[in-house]
Amino acid sequence: MLEEIFTASVFASAIRLATPYIFAAIGETFAQRSGVLNLGVDGIMLLGAFFGFYAVFMTESLLLGVLAAILIGATMGLAMAFISVTLQAEQGISGIGVFLFGLGMSELLFHELIGTPQSVAGFPRIKIPVLSDIPFIGEVFFNHNLLVYVAFALVPIAAFVLNRTTFGLMIRAVGQNPEAADAMGVSVARVRYMTVTLGGALAGLAGASLSIALLNVFQQNLTAGQGFIAVALVYFGGWRPYGVLIGAMIFSFVNALQLRINVIGVDIPAEFAVMAPYVITIIALVFASKRTEKPTALTVPFQRGE
Amino acid sequence: MSQTADRGNLWQRIKQARILGRLSDMLPFLIALLLALLVASTFIIALDADPLLAFGAMAQGAFGTENATAETFVKAIPILFVAIGICIAFRGGIINIGGEGQMIAGALAGVSAALMFGDTSPALVIPLSILAGFVAGGLYGAIAGVLKAYFQVNEILSTIMLNQIAVQFMNFLLNGPLLDPAVAGVNNIPKTARIAEAAQLPRLSIGLPEFFVQPLGLLTDPVLFDRTRLHYGLIIAVVLAVLTYIFLWRTTLGYRIRAVGYNERAARYAGISVRRQTVLAMFLAGGFAGLAGVVQVLGLQYRLQTDGSPAGFTASAGFNGIVAALFGGLNPLGAIPASAFFGGLLVGAQKMQRELGVPAALITAVNGLIVVFVVSSQLFIRRRAQRRAQERYAAETAATPIVRTATSQET
Repeated sequence: MLEEIFTASVFASAIRLATPYIFAAIGETFAQRSGVLNLGVDGIMLLGAFFGFYAVFMTESLLLGVLAAILIGATMGLAMAFISVTLQAEQGISGIGVFLFGLGMSELLFHELIGTPQSVAGFPRIKIPVLSDIPFIGEVFFNHNLLVYVAFALVPIAAFVLNRTTFGLMIRAVGQNPEAADAMGVSVARVRYMTVTLGGALAGLAGASLSIALLNVFQQNLTAGQGFIAVALVYFGGWRPYGVLIGAMIFSFVNALQLRINVIGVDIPAEFAVMAPYVITIIALVFASKRTEKPTALTVPFQRGE
Repeated sequence: MSQTADRGNLWQRIKQARILGRLSDMLPFLIALLLALLVASTFIIALDADPLLAFGAMAQGAFGTENATAETFVKAIPILFVAIGICIAFRGGIINIGGEGQMIAGALAGVSAALMFGDTSPALVIPLSILAGFVAGGLYGAIAGVLKAYFQVNEILSTIMLNQIAVQFMNFLLNGPLLDPAVAGVNNIPKTARIAEAAQLPRLSIGLPEFFVQPLGLLTDPVLFDRTRLHYGLIIAVVLAVLTYIFLWRTTLGYRIRAVGYNERAARYAGISVRRQTVLAMFLAGGFAGLAGVVQVLGLQYRLQTDGSPAGFTASAGFNGIVAALFGGLNPLGAIPASAFFGGLLVGAQKMQRELGVPAALITAVNGLIVVFVVSSQLFIRRRAQRRAQERYAAETAATPIVRTATSQET
């Protein structure tokens, strides 16, 4: 029974399913570390998923698909930065606005430009020579599409940027103590614009990783709330890239298990299996709240001279 | 005599200033709406349609006929219930995104009560079902309140997770324990059995006096909203909106909730239990969303049914209620026209899609824009309030210069 559930393909699919979460949550980590809660991630993912899909649908170029997704994501991130930094709007609520915009807009464009559900030829799997021949491990780790590898490579890069570079130091300073950062000559607004735009770009890429790599289709509300999960993963991961990675893996593993349990017909109502990751997230949030890494200035707009 | 004239003059000036103040308070909302319309027009033009025709079709579809107006109100009812709750939560400083899940919790409890006690009298089963819906929605909302108050869990995230959990739980119940025995094994539409007639909220129609109908000649039918789907949920929602306004601004409990939302630290120093107010505000917010769910069952669908998708039962009223509450200035009274407006948008969009081929999804996108614009306009409202306070302060200090110098010398 257990061997039937914990197969190599379940682990492999957990790794694949983690891709959109990693992209979106790493991007959100940058934004939150600088003090901005971007709750519109899910809407940005939807737009990224649509534009990526549409570009591939029209041109059959995967590169253009990725670029289109990143570009629309960055644009939406820039808009969110303008709303939260320049207009100093309440971030939680305006994020819901951005989400609704993305949800409606992607559906409208899909309706108008494509109409019926169709599939495209997405990113093919790349078998890494030699390594993919190792039994079990090869199938789990070294037989995925390009975006999966990119996502996992992004984690150490993000950790390095945040912890070991001047830019990372500025991000953390702006999120921890914007007044002090400002006094040291760091432009709080500029740093936040950069992180939120970067976060948007990665959210767009996260959407594309669904529509042109994992599922290769687009439909209304394709993400089904994955962007919100990504925001929760940032809390879960204690605002650190490796923590986020662990959270994404746990979440996607439960997801993969749930799919597997469905396939082999274990007698658990499917609804409870689908529910499980959300329950786990809430429990995880209870424990995550005890952490002290939360950026002090998260959701607090910065205004000079106060 | 000249003195009384002066006083009258002054009184009028105050009144004028007040009206102007009110109007200028409305300004950001109007500008937000105008901007949203502008952006919507751009999209409509990009879709090769005439914005004026599109808006005309929407207005026609929303309020053009008696039945259209009734449908608009029908759509507005759940939005208004949710919006009332959102006013309480947001005023209490809690961003409740869980309207969807709380609606489902209310509907599940309400439909269970209605099915269980359907063979009793309406006087018993209807209030009982509504109460069950309120309490269930409230308790579901209170989970997020307790998580926030006692475990510092961000309520935005917890309510979003709770939404998904509620959807799955509903799907489970509607596919199993609560599945209509008549359709079990026949088709795969997850729905409960139809509730008994005794448990159904009556339809609402308004009889107009004879003299009102004939001279106008506009209305051929003396009974307004006869043979439409409009139901008594509208009356319940409007009455509760008024009561909630009184609760928030005229009772101690309401004052405490608002105090916590306005300045948590100050409220704590004033001896208000922030935790208790947080849980209470979330209970009430969830309760109203629960009412949205149960009233939808008792008044409109007469059963609980879904298509399995997240918004299959709620039709996103849990989200639209947030938009309406914000647009109503987080005031339950403002939420009444705001809900009618958004109900009209939803109904009108259908006609727009039919006649001009502009997808109704445009409304979701425009709703998002309205949220962004309204929230962003707060900056300008805040700045103006600051400026006014500074002016007042400057005026006061200018009026009492001696005291000022005396105190400043002391220090």
